[in-house]
Amino acid sequence: MPREVVDLPHQVEYLSILDEDGNLLDQDLEPDIPEDRLLELHRTMLLARRFDERMLQLQRQGRIGTFAPIMGQEAAQLGIVGALRETDWMVPSFREQAASLWRGQSMESFLLVYGGFYQGNELPEDTRNLPVAVPVGTQPLHAVGLSYGITYRGKDDVVVTFFGDGATSEGEFHEAMNFAGVWQTPTIFVCQNNQYAISLPRARQTNSETLAQKALAYGIPGRQVDGNDILAVYSAAEEAVERARSGEGPTMIECVTYRLTMHTTADDPSRYRDDEEVEAWEKREPIPRFQTYLKHKGLLSDDDIEALEEEIKAQIQEAVDNAERRMKELEGQELTMFDHLYAEMPPYLQEQRDELAKELQAAEEGSDG
Amino acid sequence: MAKMTMVDALNTALHQEMERDDSVVVLGEDVAVDGGVFRVTDGLLEAFGEERVMDTPLAEAGIVGTSIGMAISGLRPVCEIQFSGFSYLAFQQLEAHAARMRWRTRGAYTVPMVLRTPYSGGVRALEHHSESREAYWAHTPGLKMVIPSAPRNARALLASAIRDPDPVVFYEPKAVYRAFREEVPEDEETWPLGKAQVVRQGSDVTLISYGAMMRPTLEAADKLQDEDGVEAEVIDILTISPLDHQTFAESARKTGRVVIVHEAPRSFGPGAEIVARLVEKSFWYLEAPVRRVTGYDVVIPLFAYEKAYLPSADRIFRATRETLEIQ
Repeated sequence: MPREVVDLPHQVEYLSILDEDGNLLDQDLEPDIPEDRLLELHRTMLLARRFDERMLQLQRQGRIGTFAPIMGQEAAQLGIVGALRETDWMVPSFREQAASLWRGQSMESFLLVYGGFYQGNELPEDTRNLPVAVPVGTQPLHAVGLSYGITYRGKDDVVVTFFGDGATSEGEFHEAMNFAGVWQTPTIFVCQNNQYAISLPRARQTNSETLAQKALAYGIPGRQVDGNDILAVYSAAEEAVERARSGEGPTMIECVTYRLTMHTTADDPSRYRDDEEVEAWEKREPIPRFQTYLKHKGLLSDDDIEALEEEIKAQIQEAVDNAERRMKELEGQELTMFDHLYAEMPPYLQEQRDELAKELQAAEEGSDG
Repeated sequence: MAKMTMVDALNTALHQEMERDDSVVVLGEDVAVDGGVFRVTDGLLEAFGEERVMDTPLAEAGIVGTSIGMAISGLRPVCEIQFSGFSYLAFQQLEAHAARMRWRTRGAYTVPMVLRTPYSGGVRALEHHSESREAYWAHTPGLKMVIPSAPRNARALLASAIRDPDPVVFYEPKAVYRAFREEVPEDEETWPLGKAQVVRQGSDVTLISYGAMMRPTLEAADKLQDEDGVEAEVIDILTISPLDHQTFAESARKTGRVVIVHEAPRSFGPGAEIVARLVEKSFWYLEAPVRRVTGYDVVIPLFAYEKAYLPSADRIFRATRETLEIQ
């Protein structure tokens, strides 16, 4: 046959389980999540939301610097990491505070980093989370290498890497997908498609119908899910984790979600999108949908939510107090900028460190006089 | 004359160059609808349309690589990389192609493009948003590397960079973007690339700097005058490469003492090249070792400790005093 359609091994599938009001679309699709895990996911979702709001407030008050809010993307993150076990790895970009909180990172650590203190990146030793990667699309390659190393050592842990819709335009994202496809690594590529790369809408980012279909070019299954439906995200993640853990290779999951606020606190979204669009997405936002589902299951009441909100508020306040106390303690520790650059400090760097010590001394004397 | 910030001045240069020459196009992330994250390209989309002002997909190598092709086709692309800390994703395109196309084709194909990108610390930013890595580009044969320090020279140098027949990496000191206003002529103005400027006359010591560090350097010069009666000559390098050594070598012959200031890490930084040229051109006139006041050889810290990393007027003042004390 001179012309025929080539059969591809995978097709893009779209999955949603909860409707916009939080009702099950199809009972058969409901994932089997233990009740305590459902409630823990809900708690973290709420905590991440309130923490986001609090950080925004702190930023506006000048108490921390620029950060990337996650509002609206809680389900897209928690549905994924909720399906991992502790020994699995997470390789984030810079908008994964909800996933990180679930994976054991403290609110204090975020507040320190966004408050300008690199000490917030001192991760506890048993953590299996790489730090935030700011340059877009650069970290999925690390996830692939990490997965390779895990398999090499005969372990069955898997690696999840997060990135955004914009990252799918970066060459390194494609290199990562291609390596993972060739090596069949246990890597789960999670695209939080929040519809905007700063001002650029998803439709201008790529002419592809979906982002998930990028996976097909590399012989990897690509799934698209309602990213504001935590059950759909969890189901897709569970399936991908199972594939990866059993040696069947990588999967890409595109979580279709929406950034309800700004790219970072330095951004003004009113320059590039209108309120109606945001309002339409607010109706589909993940928290009320999940709460309705939990209420229908008899796992959550309005009173529970109210009590939880109080508890979370106190927890966040404690974290803010701790972080601000720590920032005070860390003031004046400028010489630490020379630490951890190399395993051993080269002599000329030591000279520069001594020079800075002298400068700090002179500056202090200058300000006294 | 109008009082402008550096953002306004750069915006003016872009408007005027695009009006003057329809081969000038602007592309990059968020440069059109959003007007650039620092608003340098604000209003260009409205004035020139989306064929000439393009919001690109998020891909630095893509932006620079397509700019190279556009330049070969006869356009004059002015592309933006949102922060210089992300320009390294386009390193290969600049080093392997933009910088070499003229040389490789023995002059047949040329790449008259400009890469604009903000650099410098001092704005309470996240990691990768505060570096000063001009040495990478200055070290690359075939590229020109320009860093303005104030609104007027920013506007005039950007216009020249756009008209230049070779690829120019144009670093914009983001700490200066809105820090102060300066008179900028309304009519078009160009300054030659590859020419440093004596911005303050003096005979006792020469201070050499550029970009965001010009302000603390000038402040230090004032303090030297006020407190010690020292007349410092201050030179703004403006073009890092090709480096104009004549201006500072002459000044060094006059003063015999030199202090170089930059926020880039010290080792292998622009200051090292300036010292080497001074040794080559003015060695017999030097009365004291040349002093470098620079960023340290570490990653620029997050903003809590950034002030300690960046050269300050006081640090420059003290270093200059020490240089003057050497007999």
